[in-house]
Amino acid sequence: MRKVAIVGVGMTKFGEHWERGFRDLVTEAGVRALEDAGMSGAEISAGYVGTMAAGSLIGQEHTGALIADYMGLNPIPITRVEGACASGSLALRQGVMAVASGMHDVVVVGGVEKMTDLDTAEVSEILGGAGDQEWELFLGATFPALYAMMARRYMHEHGATEEMLASVAVKNHKHGSMNPLAQFQNEITIQDVLDSKMVADPLKILDCSPLTDGAAALVLAPLESAKKYTDTPIEIAASAQASDTIALHNRESLTGVKAARIAAQAAYRQAGISPSQVKVAEVHDCFTIAEIMAIEDLGFFPKGKGGEASLNGETQIGAKVAVNTSGGLKACGHPVGATGIKQAVEIAWQLRGEAGKRQAPGADIGLSHNVGGSGATAVVHIYRRVN
Amino acid sequence: MKESLPLTWRKIPDRYRLLGTACKNCGSYYFPARHVCPKCRRKGKIEGCQFSGRGRVLSFTEIHAPPAGFEEQIPYVMAIVELAEGARCTAEIVDVLGKDVGIGDEVEMVFRKIQSHDPEGLIHYGFKFRKVKK
Repeated sequence: MRKVAIVGVGMTKFGEHWERGFRDLVTEAGVRALEDAGMSGAEISAGYVGTMAAGSLIGQEHTGALIADYMGLNPIPITRVEGACASGSLALRQGVMAVASGMHDVVVVGGVEKMTDLDTAEVSEILGGAGDQEWELFLGATFPALYAMMARRYMHEHGATEEMLASVAVKNHKHGSMNPLAQFQNEITIQDVLDSKMVADPLKILDCSPLTDGAAALVLAPLESAKKYTDTPIEIAASAQASDTIALHNRESLTGVKAARIAAQAAYRQAGISPSQVKVAEVHDCFTIAEIMAIEDLGFFPKGKGGEASLNGETQIGAKVAVNTSGGLKACGHPVGATGIKQAVEIAWQLRGEAGKRQAPGADIGLSHNVGGSGATAVVHIYRRVN
Repeated sequence: MKESLPLTWRKIPDRYRLLGTACKNCGSYYFPARHVCPKCRRKGKIEGCQFSGRGRVLSFTEIHAPPAGFEEQIPYVMAIVELAEGARCTAEIVDVLGKDVGIGDEVEMVFRKIQSHDPEGLIHYGFKFRKVKK
């Protein structure tokens, strides 16, 4: 298999884009990625796009063809993939496999979601489809409720506090305040989180990621020819994915995401590194408890210590591992299909040293961790700066 | 989410009576019913199983931001219940608030209305749980 590199990255601002639609957003991200790679588009031989729920959110299926059309990329083969909130990373993984195998040379991968054209209740119901519709959501559970039950069990088993959960949101807003593309660029305090409206006890609204419009894109090429397109190629050193039961209640444990642990172990093996070598990580903080479980599942902190580590500032920029420098899903925003690609874009900027005020010092190895649903799909990628 | 009449009809045995399945090869219980034992796959021997309806709370939450159809119930308690036979399900705990529920509490199944907001007038019934009186 060939080694694969990121040679171009691009994303839109994340937020409420009332004035712009699905195709405007994804086209902007794609064009930015091609410009970044110094390409016209003629070199692109295939595309993969992640979007979770375009059919329900904007009534549009067949989004692969739509995007190739509006990007001016016809007649390339382009394929949409879906894995709930991990759809973006699935698209990236398809692209990596296509280039690594030699099936395609230069590939564009993207992620997009247009979420604010419907009211919040409708969107929440659509997102519920990432869980078990018949046996969780229909019976009265919500997505925050599933993560709230993980949080409750985690607090029961490990003695974590609501302040520890809140500290994740505080840190991610702080990072988001340094990211001009983030949806929320305001700082918040632990007290703000604790005082915010209850959604599903113990999770309040400021423990939850928002609804967001946005898109992100990457151009991938074989590492051996990457220097043709960029002076700063980023090698994708590992791509791993795992699955677990669709319903949360059937998982072995509620206090971690087993699929993420399996994917992480496979990714570390592929890259030949240990967790302690990762300097910068984008992890799936759809709810604050999710980041605490993520940093444990990824091996950055021992089981049960993630909450304390978060509260002690051990995951902020400047710490041994900087987690969610973009602001994460919480502050940068969570256009579900775009999130996995945005994570890769942020890591690429960090490893190139182009992350501006939020640059993590000494970032040479990065990781992204993207979870679908309450943990039925997990995808981990590892990235390395090429000198 | 709105659920169709045929889908609701198909779910009657599971939702009204907690009918699931068990694998006679490995002794695992499944609710809702599964036709393939994920542990034994082709070696599995799946048979129907009536669950007792007794169980324990594995985790729970009190919901304040409800999905469509549950607006009038807030706040209400949802839980992951581990049934006595071993299978687990997600269900509402009735007649309590979150402060009255604890992990490990014993519960029993009750038959209740789940949703009645269907524009075609379909009323959905099914299982919920209540705390067992000591």
